[in-house]
Amino acid sequence: MTGAVRHLYVHLPFCASRCGYCDFVTVLGREGEHGPYVAALLAELELQRGLLAPRLETVFLGGGTPTLTEPAALSRLLESLPPAAEVTVEANPETVTPALAEALLAGGVTRVSLGAQTFQPELLAVLERRATPDDVTRAFHTLREAGFDNLSLDLIYGIPGQSRADLEADLDSALALDPEHLSCYELEAKPGTRFTHAHGAELERQAEAMEDYFERVVDRLTGAGYRWYETANFCRAGERDLRSRHNLAYWLGRDYLGLGVGAVSTVAGVRWRTTPRLAAYLGALGRGEPPPRELEPLDVEVRRRERLMLGLRLDEPLALDSVEEAIDRSALERLERLGLTVNDGATLALTRRGRFLGGAVTAELLA
Amino acid sequence: MGQDQIRNFSIIAHIDHGKSTLADRILQLTDSVSEREMRDQLLDSMELERERGITIKAQAVRVRWKGHELNLIDTPGHVDFTYEVSRSLQACEGALLVVDAAQGIEAQTLANAYLAIENNLEIIPILNKIDLPQADPDAVATEVADLLGGDPAEVIRISAKTGQGVEEVLDAIVERIPAPAGDPDGPPRALIFDSSYDQYRGVVAFVRVVDGSFSTRDRVRTMATRTEFEAEELGFMAPARTPTGRLEAGEVGYVITGLKDVSRLRVGDTLTLQDRPAAEPLPGYKDVKPMVFAGLFPTDSDDYPELRDALEKLKLNDGALFYEPETSQALGFGFRCGFLGLLHMEIVRERLEREFDLDLLVTAPNVAYRVKPPHGDWVEVHTPSDMPNEYEQVEEPYIHASIIVPKEYVGTVMELNNDRRGRFDHMEYLSEERVHLTYELPLAEVVLDYYDQLKSRTRGYASFDYDLAGFRPGTLVRVDVLVGGEPVDALSLVIHRGNAYDRGKLLVEKLRQEIPRQMFDVPIQAAIGSRIIARETVKARRKDVLAKCYGGDITRKRKLLEKQKKGKKRMKQVGGVEVPQEAFLAVLNLNEDKK
Repeated sequence: MTGAVRHLYVHLPFCASRCGYCDFVTVLGREGEHGPYVAALLAELELQRGLLAPRLETVFLGGGTPTLTEPAALSRLLESLPPAAEVTVEANPETVTPALAEALLAGGVTRVSLGAQTFQPELLAVLERRATPDDVTRAFHTLREAGFDNLSLDLIYGIPGQSRADLEADLDSALALDPEHLSCYELEAKPGTRFTHAHGAELERQAEAMEDYFERVVDRLTGAGYRWYETANFCRAGERDLRSRHNLAYWLGRDYLGLGVGAVSTVAGVRWRTTPRLAAYLGALGRGEPPPRELEPLDVEVRRRERLMLGLRLDEPLALDSVEEAIDRSALERLERLGLTVNDGATLALTRRGRFLGGAVTAELLA
Repeated sequence: MGQDQIRNFSIIAHIDHGKSTLADRILQLTDSVSEREMRDQLLDSMELERERGITIKAQAVRVRWKGHELNLIDTPGHVDFTYEVSRSLQACEGALLVVDAAQGIEAQTLANAYLAIENNLEIIPILNKIDLPQADPDAVATEVADLLGGDPAEVIRISAKTGQGVEEVLDAIVERIPAPAGDPDGPPRALIFDSSYDQYRGVVAFVRVVDGSFSTRDRVRTMATRTEFEAEELGFMAPARTPTGRLEAGEVGYVITGLKDVSRLRVGDTLTLQDRPAAEPLPGYKDVKPMVFAGLFPTDSDDYPELRDALEKLKLNDGALFYEPETSQALGFGFRCGFLGLLHMEIVRERLEREFDLDLLVTAPNVAYRVKPPHGDWVEVHTPSDMPNEYEQVEEPYIHASIIVPKEYVGTVMELNNDRRGRFDHMEYLSEERVHLTYELPLAEVVLDYYDQLKSRTRGYASFDYDLAGFRPGTLVRVDVLVGGEPVDALSLVIHRGNAYDRGKLLVEKLRQEIPRQMFDVPIQAAIGSRIIARETVKARRKDVLAKCYGGDITRKRKLLEKQKKGKKRMKQVGGVEVPQEAFLAVLNLNEDKK
């Protein structure tokens, strides 16, 4: 039995420590569990293999800290996953060694996304990151020297205490490494997290001063020859299409299968989330059963709204026929007059200023 | 029973000085209510009245004491209902003036005492709460005696709570209050001092027969409004309705009219018989007009029919309430409502929200203006946005304000009154410590937050009362507010020309804080006619994106946007600008901020 899903996400939850701002499913320490967890992942893969197309386009190993996974277990996983044109692994700088780089290459990894976040030691401390700025640079060179020709850096801006000069310095440092791809996120202080508790008030005080950091990031990166292809993502412009193919699949509304604790899948109009509890996950797969999951059926209207929300994050116009019924026409006219959207009757796109206000524009557009 | 056995009286007192407790004690002592029936403060029957400790609707109860028929006519206890109080007093020959032995005379006590004196009533001064440790009966008795020009020894000292002295009060009513002295054989005349609506029997009038008599089935006419009806039932309250078939000169009772519209029977009007009409109505009838107006809009525009029905029902029992449909560009469909005063407005609003479960947006209140447009006739304007920019003359209502404060606050009260365009009238010492000030003030300066300001600047010691002094010429302008270049009708205000710049500036500043940043710059302007007098800008947001969005959190992000969309729908759109409902109340707090 073969299916049609061509994008596979694999979640590796293990981390050495938890960063205050993070709200992903993570598990601390527990090195002894890496082997059994990989075994469970492979068991889940077997259970779900019927959904996958014979040839995958992308595989993405996210976390957690995938590169913290015990080396033998990580290699076994990489060897057992179906091959794909793009295989990305997320890496934390302090975990990158020449040996790891070799193992990733040997396992078919084509792209590494390095969580730099910032190059300022005191800001790394605020984020509770373990790496030093030197770790980031060293890790990048290690991967480059091992032969990776598609490297991405994650940057975070809007960190409590981050000055304008700090932001410029981060962009300088990132550009100096000349990565193929950059993801730049504004720090999200989610309500209820330890981080928000500690820094929320400070962030509110700085909100006005940091208001144009986003614009500055876009200006600097596009000025340096990068394409702002998604709200928070940039790739070096040129003949090679260096966009993240895996993430592009999400933004284009393609089906994807997620494996591992807390992983989300969307296949044929149904979304499900696997249990975020490690014990429940290991237990079920140990018995050869599918892990517990939460189902969310997506009706056609929800899918249209998502199509609109995701499509408008990209720099390419969105075909109107796919989302027309999700759109409030009068809102569209208003936004058009405000110079935030461009609508040629067949496609809909955001203007530059519209992209900076993408969330509000989308909310406004929703019928 | 002959008129010489009848005594008609009211109790007048400041809020909380013990009027209702004394009334309850009187009912108990005269065996009018059994212990089992006894609810504390029986006369205040509406839930809201009981909660606020005030009496809104007057009622009348008949009791017997030592061979006499005593009619206790209750009076509304608040400044907004001065006219109704005066009509209740007109129905009596005497009044008990109850003063708290610890608090002393308050502005409201004075106002009502003067009303009683104007109506030639015999006043029996009473000190209540003499059992309280902080009571100072001798000092307060002197204050009261000075006010009434009597002897402190004549002041009866009681505790309505324990019942001490209440029998003495009943005896004094019989001994000191004169019997009614109408003409029992003359053409019938009865004063309407209150009315209520019974859902089965229609409008019920509460009356004091002055001359002649009325019987069941009589054809009755009101002399001012010329409403005609047949008296379906006559009787008195004891305290339940007790039919008698006949009400004679001097008596107090009720008449069931069968009328379906409470506004056809006005308090202060005179009843007479169609086939034996009196020549002259009883004096003092006034057509009370609402002086304070505000727009009432349902928060959810779907609730408009419910609001309309609720107002219709309230109006049945509240002849003073006025309403007419109003359409605001900003707030949609609602009603412009007229009230006697601020408390009346507050009561109506609370009843609508509580009894009818409505969620309301009430605009800042304004007063009625009289305007003479160029070459036109005088018109009354109830909505600021209806005020013409050009006029020959404009008049605004003024009040006589009566304020009692400890002497150390006289300066601060004078300062407040000067800020509010007050004209000093009179000042006198009630005692060594307490001063009575009278002022003339534009009602418009009082409706927003005057009372709060007065209370906060005198640490709660000031007491305040007012009555209308009539319309006076004013120098007034209409200030419009433009949001995103479009005038917002619900934010227009009429103010004294001298304050226009200051208030306009404060208002746009306040609105800048209330209106959330949009996707474009939003200018907020205050204008007189086409002249902009103040301007602020709500700067456009520079960014509003969901930082990241990958496979794992598409659902959450979608829900965030859907929620954001819902939030937008709740806001009122003014020229493409989302204005939260709170912004429409910005004008209410302008003065607070200034201080």
